[in-house]
This record gives sequence, C-alpha cells and structure tokens, in this order.
Amino acid sequence: MTKVEAIIQTSRLEAVKTALQETGVEGMTVIEVRGHGRQKGHTEFYRGREYTVDLIPKIKLELVLADAMVEKAVAAIIGAARSGKIGDGKIFLSKVEDAIRIRNSERGESAL
Amino acid sequence: MGMRLVFWLTLVLASFCPPLLAQTAAPISPATTGLAPADAARIAKLEQQVAEAHSAGDNAWMLTSAALVLMMTGPGLALFYGGLVRKKNVLATMVQSFAMMALVTILWAFLGYSLAFGPGNSFIGGLHNWLLHGVSLQPDPDYAPTIPAQTYMVYQLMFAIITPGLITGAFAERMKFSAMLAFMILWSIFVYDPMAHMVWGKGGLLNAALGGKFPCLDFAGGTVVHVTSGVSALVCALYLGKRVGYPRDAMPPHSVVLSFIGACMLWVGWFGFNAGSALSAGSLATSAFVATHFGAAAAVIGWVAAEWIRNGKPTVLGAISGAVAGLVAITPAAGFVGVPAAMCIGLLAGAFCFWMVAKVKAKFGYDDSLDAFGVHGAGGTLGALLTGIFAASVINPIFKDAQGNVLPSGLLEGNARQLLNQFVGVAIAWVLAIVGTLVILKVVDLTIGLRVSEEDEVQGLDLSQHGEEGYAFDVTA
Repeated sequence: MTKVEAIIQTSRLEAVKTALQETGVEGMTVIEVRGHGRQKGHTEFYRGREYTVDLIPKIKLELVLADAMVEKAVAAIIGAARSGKIGDGKIFLSKVEDAIRIRNSERGESAL
Repeated sequence: MGMRLVFWLTLVLASFCPPLLAQTAAPISPATTGLAPADAARIAKLEQQVAEAHSAGDNAWMLTSAALVLMMTGPGLALFYGGLVRKKNVLATMVQSFAMMALVTILWAFLGYSLAFGPGNSFIGGLHNWLLHGVSLQPDPDYAPTIPAQTYMVYQLMFAIITPGLITGAFAERMKFSAMLAFMILWSIFVYDPMAHMVWGKGGLLNAALGGKFPCLDFAGGTVVHVTSGVSALVCALYLGKRVGYPRDAMPPHSVVLSFIGACMLWVGWFGFNAGSALSAGSLATSAFVATHFGAAAAVIGWVAAEWIRNGKPTVLGAISGAVAGLVAITPAAGFVGVPAAMCIGLLAGAFCFWMVAKVKAKFGYDDSLDAFGVHGAGGTLGALLTGIFAASVINPIFKDAQGNVLPSGLLEGNARQLLNQFVGVAIAWVLAIVGTLVILKVVDLTIGLRVSEEDEVQGLDLSQHGEEGYAFDVTA
C-alpha cells in the first residue's frame, strides 16, 4: 500500500478530484495548507505598510492506494493539476504499513 | 339637503382656518385685536400647539441622532477597530468600545454631565447636576430651547461614550482590561468633561455660542472629541511602548471585512454626530448633514489617490480610512461651511491623514496600532484649523455685534482673528490631553499596571483577559 500526498494549486482541486474519481479511486482526504517551494509570494498593503506573504494557500490531497493503482492515480493528478508554471505543486509517495477499517476492523488492501 | 351641505362644509373649512391664523408670530390678545376672550384663548392654545409641533420635530431628530451616535460606538467603532487587530485580540478590542457604553453612561449620570454642562467656571462645571438633578423634560434654553433637557443630556452622553473609545486604538493588543477601565474613568472626568465644558458648556472659555473669551468654532467636536482622543492616543502609544514583535513581525488586519462594515456604520452614524449638533431639525441640520457627506466623499478620493500614486494599488482599507479621516476633519466645520469648502477640507484631510499614517508613523516608529492619532488627532487638528479659514456667516451667522448685525466667521470672509482662536482651542486640547493623559497613565501604572505580561500578549487578549475566543470554528460539529 502506498500513500500519495499531492500538494496542488487551490484552483485545481475540482479537476483533480474528478480525474481521480474517473480512475476508480474511492477515498481521499483534502486539507487546506500554506506553503511554498520555489514560488515567490506576493505583497499586501495595509495602511501604507507593505507585508510580504510567502506562505501561499495550497490544497493537499492524501490518498492511500493499493500499489497497482498508484501510477494511474499519479498520472490523473498530474494531468489535472499541471499548468506548466512554477507553483503547480508536488507529489510524494511513501510506503504504508497497514490500513484498518474502523467499522469492521478489516485490515490490509481490502480496507482501502 | 343643500343647507346641511353648506353647514358641514362651513364646519370643515372653519376647522382648517385656525392653523393658518396661528402662523402669525405676535401673540393675540383681546386688547390688541379686539377679539372675544374665547377666541383669543383658542388662538393662544393653537400657538402653543404649533410650538409643541416644532419641538416634536426637533426632538424626534435629536433622539434619532443620539441613537445614530451610539451606533457609531457599538457596533461601528467596535467593528472598525476589531477588524484591524489580529484574530486573537478581536473580542478584547470590541469590548473596549462596548465597555464605554456601559461605564461612561453610569459616570455621566453621577458626575460627567454635571462637570461638562453644569454651571461652574470657564474651565469646568460643578456638581449642581449630580445624578442628573435638575435635568428635566423641560428645555434648557441656554443649550437647546426646543428640546427637553434630557434629550440634550443623552445626546451629549453618546459623544462622551465614543471619545474615550477612540483612544483604545492606540494601545490595542497590549493594555490590561482592568487598567483600561480605570484609565477611562479618570480620562472621562479629567480630560473629556473639562474640554466639553470649555467648548460647549455654559461659561466655557472657548464657547463660541455662549460668549466664551476665545470663541472656538467647533460645531460637533473636532477639538472636544478628535483632538483630545487622538493626542491622548499618541501619548498612550508612546508611554505603553510597542507591541511585542512590532515592527518586525507582520500584524496585518485579520478582517478588513469587519472594518469595512464598521466604517460604513460610522459614515451613516456621523450624520447624527454632525447634523445632530445643530440641536434642531431645521436648515442648519441640513447644512451640516450635507457638508458632512460631501466632506467624507472627497476624503475617500484624497486618501485613495495618494495611496494609488504611492503604492500602485488603491486598497479597500485605504478607502474606508479616507472616509473616516474626512468625517473627522469636517466635524468641527460641519455647521459652518458649504459644499465647496467641505470638499476642500475632505480632500486635504484624506491626503494628509494618509501621509501621517503611511509616512510619519513609520519615520518616528511609534506604535499607534490603529492610527488613532494619525486619523483623529491629526485629522481633528487639521479640521479645526481649516474651520477657521472656511467658516462662513452666510451658512451660520454665529458671531453678531451688539446691535445684532452679523459678523464674518472665518479667514476667507475677512475674520483673520478666528484662526487664532482656533489655534487657542486646538492648543488647549493638545495640552489638556497630553498633561491629563500622562498623569492618569502614571497613576494607573503605579497602582494597577497598564500592560499585560508578554506571555498574555502573545497568547492574545481574548484568552488572557476574557477567557474567550472570538471565532470557535472548530472541526468538531
């Protein structure tokens, strides 16, 4: 089992969700985050004072998938989230030790 | 049938005629007109009713104005300031204004009204009206001859409430709640009441309407409200020192949305503040209402233009701040100037206050957190001085000679001396504010301590002072 963490532009969430659902992904967690990679922030003005905002709002998606699904999901995310400019985001993959369904204590890939 | 028609028609017409007769000014008596006593009595009664109708109009407007001015404090000022602070201090900031609504009110009944408006000397009233003794439903002819004295009293109370509320902007996010309450009680008694007495009270040194020695033209409280609070704010900001992390840490407003709503309420409420200061529902109220509105609009343009040019983008916070600056500046001038002068005053105030807030504050490095000095102190001072320039007797014939001829009001009309009187009024406000505030701060600091601990400040005043959170948008349902 693999955890897919994708940090994407907030405006791409709907497109990515739809693309993932079309590949058969059945569960996801969506978190509002702030952060930056190499993307510069922006400046805001309040009462004549300049504030640099370098933590930019992003969306983080977390999916735990059977290994066989991972590449399809990654391709779907990239297809829907890519704009070609800096700030598109990143995807991280990591191994998951186990998954447990709370409702009936099922374990392993069938719990996904 | 015809006769009955004539009879009813005559009766109906006759019932409409007397009001027309009652519009004559001179009282009618049997001796002067040869009318029968019964008719003279009827006409005298009708004259009384006309006077009562006139009073009813004035009283309706004045009670409405009082409500509008209270709304300026709650929620106008509370929202305006509340939105400008960080989220962790929103409630504490709003309750500072609200506390004035309760505290100053009670103080007014016991002491405040009497010290400000009771008979005394040129600087302060006395205790004659302690617990509002003697303030009845009959008019006090010195102050407002057509409305009950209690209406005047409660209208003035709303001014006494909002003035200390303005100061809270200077020490936002770092003053102890208990210390603030103590400070405000003392400030209201020792700074506000004397200033109000000098400008508006019977025998006041600066009272233009009641023959003060240095008649200062201050229609709705440019000096009494804005200069005193604004300058006191600066003193507080300097005495208390900067917020932890200022100016290095970013402390942008947590909700310009709240500030926007508050500012719009201030603009609307200000019609009560300025036009209500006419103390009647007549044409002077109209004049003040109109001048107020055009002044505010011009100031928005002044601030926004200055900001757009300097920073490249017009901000919403700038626009609403501009409006407030214009309203502050037009406050002393409202009942003395026409529309062109009002727009001049507004435009200048917008640009000037932007400069004070954006450049001067940064240059000197004081942490006047919500720009109480930059907008109220500076804007009020500018407005009071411009009033000396632009005041026109054609709008408001406030100065008359012994024969009753109207004298010029301001500089542009030929009365250069008035600018000097304005300076005197402004200078007295500055001195009273500085000295009074310093003494009071020292007293409160030595007894209670003014500032919260650094831990409490970092945690936020909502939690540390009040045990509350402004926004409990929890994940749990």
